[in-house]
Amino acid sequence: MSIFSERSLWGRLDDVQHDAGYDEDHPPRMGFFTDTSVCIGCKACEVACKEWNDVPDDGYLLTGMSYDNTQALGASTWRHVAFVEKSGAGAAPAVDLGMPSFDLPGAHPHGEDQATESGDGALRWLMSSDVCKHCTHAGCLDVCPTGALFRTEFGTVVVQPDVCNGCGYCVSACPYGVIDLRKDDGRAFKCTLCYDRLKEGQTPACAQACPTESIQFGELSELRERADRRLEELHEKGVDVARLYGRDPEDGVGGDGAFFLLLDEPEVYGLPPDPVVPTRDIGSVWKHVGIAAATLFGVGVASFVGRRK
Amino acid sequence: MREQSMVPEPEFESYYGRQILKTPTWKTPDVPLYLFLGGLAGASAVLAEGAALSGRPQLERVARLAAAGGATAGTVALVHDLGRPERFLNMLRVFKPTSPLSVGSFILAPFASFAGAAAASQVTGVLPRLGRLAGVGAAAFGPPLATYTAALVANTAIPAWHEAHRELPFVFAGSGAQAAGGLAMMLVPLDQAAPARRMALVGAALELVASERITKKGLVAEPYRIGRPGRLMRFARNASVVASGATALAGGRSRVLSAVAGATYLASSVTTRFGVFEAGLASAKDPKYVVVPQKERLARKETGGAAAHTEGQPAG
Ligand code: SF4
Ligand code: SF4
Repeated sequence: MSIFSERSLWGRLDDVQHDAGYDEDHPPRMGFFTDTSVCIGCKACEVACKEWNDVPDDGYLLTGMSYDNTQALGASTWRHVAFVEKSGAGAAPAVDLGMPSFDLPGAHPHGEDQATESGDGALRWLMSSDVCKHCTHAGCLDVCPTGALFRTEFGTVVVQPDVCNGCGYCVSACPYGVIDLRKDDGRAFKCTLCYDRLKEGQTPACAQACPTESIQFGELSELRERADRRLEELHEKGVDVARLYGRDPEDGVGGDGAFFLLLDEPEVYGLPPDPVVPTRDIGSVWKHVGIAAATLFGVGVASFVGRRK
Repeated sequence: MREQSMVPEPEFESYYGRQILKTPTWKTPDVPLYLFLGGLAGASAVLAEGAALSGRPQLERVARLAAAGGATAGTVALVHDLGRPERFLNMLRVFKPTSPLSVGSFILAPFASFAGAAAASQVTGVLPRLGRLAGVGAAAFGPPLATYTAALVANTAIPAWHEAHRELPFVFAGSGAQAAGGLAMMLVPLDQAAPARRMALVGAALELVASERITKKGLVAEPYRIGRPGRLMRFARNASVVASGATALAGGRSRVLSAVAGATYLASSVTTRFGVFEAGLASAKDPKYVVVPQKERLARKETGGAAAHTEGQPAG
């Protein structure tokens, strides 16, 4: 195993497996394209994931958050279907930045375009099945001190439970809030993109179970092309609010292995608007630590110079 | 809870107000205590070597024991924090410069060994030359031990920690110097404690300046200003100022005053670590610290193009 698990820390990276030390003849990078515009909120993906991966239950409670009692991704929730109900007045138009701080004064056209576009006037439903993004530059993987998190030959990011010592560093380093420690177990868990199924040439359980093909599995390069066509199609139909999230290989995490087509701002679905892998700044971090350490040493030396008193 | 907020509440959208990031799973008091103990031990090792070189046996003894004791207690806290403590040694399985916890394990392990050997030799009088050599080793690993913990918290997605990555190493260096100086001021006679006083004074100044720069950072730094972490940060600052005043005025003359000022420095150092730690937790729990700065960044990118790209770039 090489010393650097990631040779490139940030920016575009076209062959993530090779960067992680695999030979040139590794399999293509696999991923998910989740097209939320056709999601019907059936949660078949959540159930299939739990069943296949033998993920323990993490409590049953009623949240009052529309049909979402799952709440968020976590150590024992690897697919999470978000439900957003927006009334006409609350439905934000696509370009609304939602913050008066840099909106033009008065430029807050409350929700007409979305309401008319969706044609249902009063209420707009948004449903989206969230999952680990299998980042090109994965914060969780970068910081894992044990090497428990690793890049697979398919370009996905997977935890080895037999190595993880539950330090929790990955939890704080994921810019999407995906990975977490299982309290009673002590170790970190998240979506493996069904690594075991992939090795057998099978489709991940969630994509297999999805009845509307909202969750599409395949080679990432193909999925990106498919997503671009779908976006164009929606824009032609006048659905201006459609946008791709995690598709751009130049973004703060070098693009997601699991990316999305959304119908509103990412934060409406509980996604960060512009995530950046923390390790992008590791050079600056170490530089400042080095200077601070030298300063402390200097302070120590200086304390002994001068009058002996 | 939102008292003393200087920034007007920004409007932003979220998923039922839920947090986006996971709250760090690091436990209180394990991890903030570890941050403190690493600083105390690291700076004490430097103090101990200076004392040995300049012939101040009582200062040397206290500082050596502080270095060894701090490293031992810190290691216990760190191991206790793990979800699987019995797998602690997995930390030394790989060396990853992208993981400050990995790098830190390779600082802590030699430091603890050197500091332990130096202290043991000092107390027992066995192998004095090897003991001194170990002391030099501890003094070399001390400053990195005291400051790498800033990289540990800064290299996360937690906005209050990450956005302070340039200043936190200096806060931690200053805080460690105060702790080491303060402890020696409490336990060492006045005529040998002058270097400890100077170390604490300069450490306090360093920390005050660096902390001040963090708290001025606008919305991302709000957790350092409000609520419980805000109170902790203010207490730490005031304690540093009071202790420094007392030390400068009469630290070299009154044994009692020196001890009280030393204890105040220690209290300040502990409190800073809890304040920084809890500010990070608070910043993970509120989606606004994620959404608002990121939306602003996107807006800048749209308008400014290349300008947005130069900000916050890694140095190398
Ligand atoms: S989304 Fe989070 S957990 Fe998933 S690969 Fe990226 S950093 Fe890791
Ligand atoms: S909790 Fe486990 S997977 Fe996460 S960083 Fe620590 S050792 Fe790695």
